[in-house]
Amino acid sequence: MEEQKDMVLEVENLNVKFVMEEETVEAVNNISLHIKKGETLGLVGETGAGKTTTALSIMRLVDSPPGVLECDKLEVCGQDVMGMSITELEHIRGGLVSMIFQDPMTSLNPVFTVGQQIAESLERHEHLNKNDAWKKAEDMLELVGIPRERAIEYPHQFSGGMKQRVIIAIALACSPQLLIADEPTTALDVTIQAQILQLMRELKQKKDTSMIMITHDLGIVAETCDRVAVMYAGKIIEEGNLEEVFNHTLHPYTEGLFNSLPNIKNRRSKLEPIRGLMPDPTNLPRGCAFAPRCNYATDACRERRPELVSFGGTHKAACLAYENPDFHIERGKKNG
Amino acid sequence: MAENILEVKHLKKYFKTARGTLHAVDDVSFTIEKGKTLGIVGESGCGKSTTGRAILRLLEPTDGQVIFNGQDITALSSSKMRQMRRDMQIIFQDPFSSLDPKKTVSQTIAEPIIENKILKDKKAIDARVRELMATVGLAERLVNAYPHELDGGRRQRIGIARALAMEPKFIVCDEPVSALDVSIQAQILNLLQELKEQMGLTFIFITHDLSVVNHFADEIAVMYLGQLIEKAPTEELFDHPVHPYTRALLSAIPIPEVGIERPERILLRGEISSPIDPPDECRFAKRCNYVCDQCHKSCPQLVEISEGHFVSCHLWENFK
Repeated sequence: MEEQKDMVLEVENLNVKFVMEEETVEAVNNISLHIKKGETLGLVGETGAGKTTTALSIMRLVDSPPGVLECDKLEVCGQDVMGMSITELEHIRGGLVSMIFQDPMTSLNPVFTVGQQIAESLERHEHLNKNDAWKKAEDMLELVGIPRERAIEYPHQFSGGMKQRVIIAIALACSPQLLIADEPTTALDVTIQAQILQLMRELKQKKDTSMIMITHDLGIVAETCDRVAVMYAGKIIEEGNLEEVFNHTLHPYTEGLFNSLPNIKNRRSKLEPIRGLMPDPTNLPRGCAFAPRCNYATDACRERRPELVSFGGTHKAACLAYENPDFHIERGKKNG
Repeated sequence: MAENILEVKHLKKYFKTARGTLHAVDDVSFTIEKGKTLGIVGESGCGKSTTGRAILRLLEPTDGQVIFNGQDITALSSSKMRQMRRDMQIIFQDPFSSLDPKKTVSQTIAEPIIENKILKDKKAIDARVRELMATVGLAERLVNAYPHELDGGRRQRIGIARALAMEPKFIVCDEPVSALDVSIQAQILNLLQELKEQMGLTFIFITHDLSVVNHFADEIAVMYLGQLIEKAPTEELFDHPVHPYTRALLSAIPIPEVGIERPERILLRGEISSPIDPPDECRFAKRCNYVCDQCHKSCPQLVEISEGHFVSCHLWENFK
């Protein structure tokens, strides 16, 4: 039971569909996630893999209709999110769970000062009075490296990196147990990205916050995460700690992602792209969704959908090729 | 002595704004050898895209010269320039907004061929379009598809086919893979590399992604606030960066490996300052960890510190 208390997020068999008149988009297919206190999980995948939909589902922010959300379990700190009323959900959002969105340019309200926007969530969730909330808002700005005097300024007076700092201040104001960061630095330049990632690492350590880091950048995962889950066509296809996934890669898609990246240390190495495209989520193949692009695919892969199975330790992968005990991918060979 | 296909001399592009003059490109000079790729890197607002556009005179330079194949193209009349542009093409970042949504793939690729009267016979145009589609890896069945039916990678292939239609000698690639997922990005990078080798093309490759430019470019120019602050052959720049900004930029690249020793990250203070009426001091002084009095007194000049390695920093000798 001790372990249960440590779980900040438990998701079992999450499915999200968008049902429209002419078609149904299968956005998230049977995903399970578990995050312990203080732990950071990287959720990696390309556009359309279902990363953001998964994150929005945790806060039940998927529009319904057309969204249909089903799961066996969705608990944040032991509280059942699936069964919550709108009022209860509003209490959770920004309180127990906060989210940082990709685009700092559009997630702030242009007609309120940044101080007001931080104070708003403090008044709402922590029930502070106006003065205390304002003071705490100024403290939060300082915490993210913005002088407190700037609390009276409006979003347009801040640069992109500074806006993202404000958003982090809002997200962390009510000391959430779980922080969901959806591509938090994608819109920023690398030197600013380095500052923001450093800031997030420091704050996370200080407050022992758990985090889901959604990104397409494996470099950011390597630097900020404890564990990583790789998504493809709405499914987790490989999962494990960093050492397992980066140095003992199992899934051919994960291998393809690594091979597509330019190697900074060996500039002559040839890029090996994954051929073809991600399948249409309204019309997923019958077997493994990656089979049409996979160099190792067999007939079985085109017929049956693989389940995520354990390969020892915390390492899991969904790939039928491993039913042949001699099977290994190229990258696996390289790293032993 | 290798032949320089392009020489850029003291290129300036200023914009008048309500708050003053914006120095988007401020006295930039460099050369590119035929058949080479020059990567221009820097963060948003550093003037890298404006430089690319000013070279093609898609934006009229405020001052300076662009010498292409020995000819000063800044002096050309607009009709002469139109002809010259057959040799000088551009590929844009955003394959989602740079294509006409009402034109099919074949119409889009045929447009520059018809517009420039390269071919007149309809059959010949058709054949050329199909040939170009094959060159960039677009399946023949997509001939009548519209842009909205295609993914980003395929749209970018259309952009490349359009640029190739003129059989150019020189192409400015402005963030050609930034909007694409990594697996598709690798496809497009490989395609550009093949085309370069087959056709002997010269590229300017503008990007903010240092690992991409490391892979792709022969030489790299680093820009900061409208100025070129360091230029060197790619390996030299990555192995021996000199300018404090270049060093911070390189150290900020997240490396997708686990269990390696990471180079110490150099964190910069603050953010890029305003390019409007910049004072006569080092543009990087406000964020530099090594700033001294001299940096505030004058703007450093670009000096060649070893063969092909140029730096503009008062203190370069300390960092060599």
